[in-house]
Amino acid sequence: MITKHRILELLDYVKDPEIPAINVLELGVVRGVEVEVSGKAIITITPTYTGCPAMDVMAADIKKELLEAGVPEVEVKMSLSPAWTTDWITDEGKRKLREYGIAPPEKSADIRALKGEQPVVACPQCGSKNTVMLSLFGSTACKALWKCQDCLEPFDQFKCL
Amino acid sequence: MSNALFTYTLRLADDLLILSQRLGEWCGHGPVLEEDIALTNRALDHLGEARNLLTYAGQVEGKGRTEDDLAYLRMERQYTNVKLVEQPNGDYAHTMVRSFLFDAYHLPLMQALLKSTDEQLAAIAGKSVKEATYHLRASSEWIIRFGDGTEESHQRAQAALDNLWTYTGELFESDAVLEEMTKAGIAPDIAAIKESWSKTVDQVLSEATLKRPADAFMMTGGRKGLHSEHMGFILAEMQHVTRAYPGAEW
Repeated sequence: MITKHRILELLDYVKDPEIPAINVLELGVVRGVEVEVSGKAIITITPTYTGCPAMDVMAADIKKELLEAGVPEVEVKMSLSPAWTTDWITDEGKRKLREYGIAPPEKSADIRALKGEQPVVACPQCGSKNTVMLSLFGSTACKALWKCQDCLEPFDQFKCL
Repeated sequence: MSNALFTYTLRLADDLLILSQRLGEWCGHGPVLEEDIALTNRALDHLGEARNLLTYAGQVEGKGRTEDDLAYLRMERQYTNVKLVEQPNGDYAHTMVRSFLFDAYHLPLMQALLKSTDEQLAAIAGKSVKEATYHLRASSEWIIRFGDGTEESHQRAQAALDNLWTYTGELFESDAVLEEMTKAGIAPDIAAIKESWSKTVDQVLSEATLKRPADAFMMTGGRKGLHSEHMGFILAEMQHVTRAYPGAEW
């Protein structure tokens, strides 16, 4: 019988397919883990962006990881409510994003975000706050494109949601 | 009731599905790389919302139809999107004005649906409202940049606005289905959505130094499945693979 604790350990190995630096737990998409008497595991995940193609891959990867580890049956449920927020990305997840070259999202309760103003985003390369947004949309649904005015490197920013 | 809820949910879905398909046509053709990416991102967000709504519509209907069945295996007359979203992309100003007119309607609609008595629609709106806020911000910025930009960009944005205005009336039409949904607290009062839309349009157009066209003849028919001449071509492209290879999976 595989315990909930063990399943959480296994989920550590399931990465975001588009940002392989962080796993599904750090991304905050896993909202529930249940193990039934039969040994069947029910994992509830929530989508980051509604159209994000990575969600289907994540669900398949979770299934694969758990089945290979000997869980007899796995069901991955999708739950829309409460809606995912970037606040659910763990501190460890944010640290790894920065290391990977993606500026992590600010807190959604940030007063600038509430007022719809542009956030102050530090360059993940050199740490400078002298940065400018190039485009509201980036290489994936969750990112915007920025540029550092000091080290001149472009970088992705995880949009605050 | 479940019949009206099915129709209402399908209308919400079809607007997004067809707009997404239109925006997807820009993939690989954007004026600059960033905008190419922005448009496909936007299309993807709309498609994601449409998927949630189509899945739910299928559940409400209770005949076992999936999101794919509803997206790909209906005939033209069975699509209930407004004509605005099926209008051709035209130039970049035309595409952005079309999206702006839709975004300014979509955001207050999603905000209001958060309070819907239908839990699933409220949950879908909870996801969409965040993306819709972002979309309206992006399209508003472009309208202002075009309108208050060069003489040519101003002229093109105004031409797009004049051309598309006749399609905006349909967004706020009411009928027996909508009345039933509003009475049940599932759909919001459409007059309030129009008021909010009108306010946003006025604000942005004024900053963009563009002129709001006068209300004249308004196109209608989309909600009843009567579409413009463009719709058949959109569906032909959209449904081609599914129809050519029935049941194919990857």
